Amino acid sequence: MSDRSAIAGARPESALLFKTGEWNFDTLKRTFDAIENIAINELGLDPYPVQVEMISSEQMLDAYSSIGMPVFYHHWSFGKRFTRDETMYRKGYSGLAYEIVINSNPCICYVMEENTMTMQALVMAHAAFGHNHFFKNNYLFKEWTDADGILDYLNFAKSYVARCEEQHGIAAVERILDAAHALMDHSVNRYGRRPRPSFAAEKKRAEERLEHQRTTYNDLWRTLPRKPKSESAITPEMEHARRKLGLPEENLLYFIEKFSPALKDWERELVRIVRNIAQYFYPQKQTKMMNEGCATYVHYRIMNRLYDLGKISEGSMLEFLSSQANVVFQPDFDDRRYSGLNPYALGFEMMRDIERIVTDPTDEDRAYLPEIAGTGDVMGTLKTVWANFRDDSCIAQYLSPNLMRKMRLFKLADQSEAPHYLVDAIHDERGYARVRRALARQYDPGERDPNIQVSDVDLKGSRRLVMTHQLHNDIPLSEDDSRAVLGYVADLWGYDVQLLGIGANDVTKYQYDASPRI
Amino acid sequence: MNIVDRRLNPKGRSHTNRQRFIRLVRENIKEAVVRSIKERALGDVDTKEVVNIPRKRIQEPRFHHSSQGGTREHVHPGNKEFVAGDQLPKPEGGGGGGRSREGSPDGEGEDDFRFTLSRDEYLDILFEELELPDLVKTYLKETVAFQTTRAGFTASGSPRNINMVRTMRHSLARRISLHRPTTDELEVVAKAIAELEGRADRTEAEEKKLGELRIAHAQLERRMKRIAFIDPVDLRFNRYEPTPKPNARAVMFCLMDVSGSMSEYMKDLAKRFFLLLHLFLSRKYEHVDVVFIRHTSEAKEVDEETFFRSAETGGTVVSSALAEMKRIIEERYPTDAWNIYAAQASDGDNYPSDSETCTRILREDLLPLCQYFAYIEVVDEREAGMFRSEGNASLLWRDYKTVADVTLNFTMKRVFSKSDIFPVFHQLFAKNQKVA
Repeated sequence: MSDRSAIAGARPESALLFKTGEWNFDTLKRTFDAIENIAINELGLDPYPVQVEMISSEQMLDAYSSIGMPVFYHHWSFGKRFTRDETMYRKGYSGLAYEIVINSNPCICYVMEENTMTMQALVMAHAAFGHNHFFKNNYLFKEWTDADGILDYLNFAKSYVARCEEQHGIAAVERILDAAHALMDHSVNRYGRRPRPSFAAEKKRAEERLEHQRTTYNDLWRTLPRKPKSESAITPEMEHARRKLGLPEENLLYFIEKFSPALKDWERELVRIVRNIAQYFYPQKQTKMMNEGCATYVHYRIMNRLYDLGKISEGSMLEFLSSQANVVFQPDFDDRRYSGLNPYALGFEMMRDIERIVTDPTDEDRAYLPEIAGTGDVMGTLKTVWANFRDDSCIAQYLSPNLMRKMRLFKLADQSEAPHYLVDAIHDERGYARVRRALARQYDPGERDPNIQVSDVDLKGSRRLVMTHQLHNDIPLSEDDSRAVLGYVADLWGYDVQLLGIGANDVTKYQYDASPRI
Repeated sequence: MNIVDRRLNPKGRSHTNRQRFIRLVRENIKEAVVRSIKERALGDVDTKEVVNIPRKRIQEPRFHHSSQGGTREHVHPGNKEFVAGDQLPKPEGGGGGGRSREGSPDGEGEDDFRFTLSRDEYLDILFEELELPDLVKTYLKETVAFQTTRAGFTASGSPRNINMVRTMRHSLARRISLHRPTTDELEVVAKAIAELEGRADRTEAEEKKLGELRIAHAQLERRMKRIAFIDPVDLRFNRYEPTPKPNARAVMFCLMDVSGSMSEYMKDLAKRFFLLLHLFLSRKYEHVDVVFIRHTSEAKEVDEETFFRSAETGGTVVSSALAEMKRIIEERYPTDAWNIYAAQASDGDNYPSDSETCTRILREDLLPLCQYFAYIEVVDEREAGMFRSEGNASLLWRDYKTVADVTLNFTMKRVFSKSDIFPVFHQLFAKNQKVA
């Protein structure tokens, strides 16, 4: 008896939130409250209200196929994804995610019924507080996504698409959606738009211009010989048209939605729906590493704190640690399992590294990051980072020499003509800056996605749409796919479409053409 | 915060999307199903089918960088021995530095997209291929009659299904793991207390011990009360599950003329016919045996592969097959245990003097034993025009006709194309409807 009470004394059973792996709604609620207490009162997080939804594995498979959203319009490509995921899952090639979290207000957090109670605690800390805080506070999400309205909008989109299918047939709707999906990646606004001048302001400006012409009129100008018109020169007229169309335009679906001569009104609205959804997901693409880093760091802190408070047992802690080790596992480049940097691993390491610099900096850190080194306010610093950076800027700012050494990062240059790769820089004094810059660029969607813009439209004649791919570092587009996408653009535009690959010194490297399929 | 239990919400939200996907690749699926008709054994038609879709057909192209050409930079983890300036040979076969991203040279995998059709999806397309009427489709897809059988244990159920052994086993395990004191333990303490109390002169140490024992006793009693002997979580119930009702057995005889005059096209038609009959029978009977008998001038029992594949030369004596069938029935399939069905496919050729033997065996020996005997005469497409009219019918046809006119369980039909196959079943099907 006495032995037993001695062990129990170290970790009194009564303080435990849960004792077995089985969960029920009581333990879920109790655990959530304990996690919330730590997240809000100790870590000072600022999340949206949470709605935890318990789902089965079948429903998780369903959720996968519609990009995790609770409602979504129907399309065959989601069926394809579902079919693939289902096959993989049934054959045991891949497991399912433990949770899915949606950037909405209230924040919806799906958890799976198969999870053990420890895993439920982990995913609630991870998603309902980590991701949730990030969604609510990061500047990209604040600026570009509307967490209050997204679910309503998706509902609208779903019923709108369904209505169009009823009226015009599934094939007609699919024709537009197939094409719009192909352009999704290139249909986001990367920067805020200049506000459009209002009609009144426009009118006033035109009048002022006329007045200016009138007051500065001089008949002498009329007598000057005119320059002969040259073929290639851009006439003021064309220049004016270009400006009216807002060219060059990098948001392809926006341009098509506004100016395509072929689209009917309902088709325009479909294009707009796809474009809006692309825009909603764009911040997630830009902050994958940080978002996961933030969530992983938060759940790591919370689980450890729960353990320190004696609220979870040694067994649960071990289960958590084993899962944590899997999540942040980063194989080396020469490992068979290597498939690029693991965003969870890099993100978590960066957050831990910032924590270290804030609390226990070395001289190197003081020299490198004087503004945060040794300030002691870990959560304050991290919250600033989570609010004001995205993947590339966060790496450029905070990837410390210490972490580069720890992960043994090195930069490889690959010139297509050269017979070998060149190790350009490694984790040493001469290489830090270059490795950091290269890694930041690697995480910048602006660098990763090809730079394609609508550059010209032949308004007078053939109505041909011209797009330009500005080659970066001479990297071309993949030809087959580009031709296929171009076909879709032509379908939406209704007239011929051309894509020019422009290399260094304005040399045209390639040119693809497509005509609309009727 | 709010916890919502969504588990009871309908699943299969992706069903519509999947259906659309399948519609899109219908042509490929059809190919796969048609191929499966040719390649599969009759018995395993009723299962799933793996379909390969060429990636090209269902690609979702995007503008993206090619994996070749240009200058790129990559940052990798786990450097071991490299220093700045080292040169590493590129792996054979070119490929960009992006080993992190692309598996194949273009980043566009050429692998086919593979997936499995469910039974329903497969049968739908198969039936469409067999050109079946709708009513029949529902009949074939319908699930069979069920009977409840024992199927393990469950944690909830009606009290009359409670399984005491399992329940007590769980109760015991729980009591051990939660350290519920046993009555023996309690008794030991109680006895010690009684013994001490019984003593008139207790030393101070004994007095102290008595106090401790009383506390321990109270603790044990409280613990015993708190931890129930049987808790609702211990309860286990027998579980019953509906299982398909076992049905009588059936044997299906496939008879086919394999002499040189049967073309591949005719054999394919015949195979579809056999396949459909098999599907029907496996709906009705739990166990269906299939016997393949092929004949030229003499008959032989063969396996399925040989039956459909190899061609033979020689004359045609139909009665040899009938005699062989009779022999096999007598040997292996007593009529009290087996329902016997037969399907015969031929191009109608027969040795002239054989007619009488044929009709005699049929009428006297086989038809009384059989539930149903179907004869189809397959006619090559090219000759279809010539032979449409009854007057041009073959010798065997005219002989069989005399049998068909006087018996109920004999059907015959000339088959020119796929759509002619099903009507042969009409009679059989109509009969089943009456029985059911």
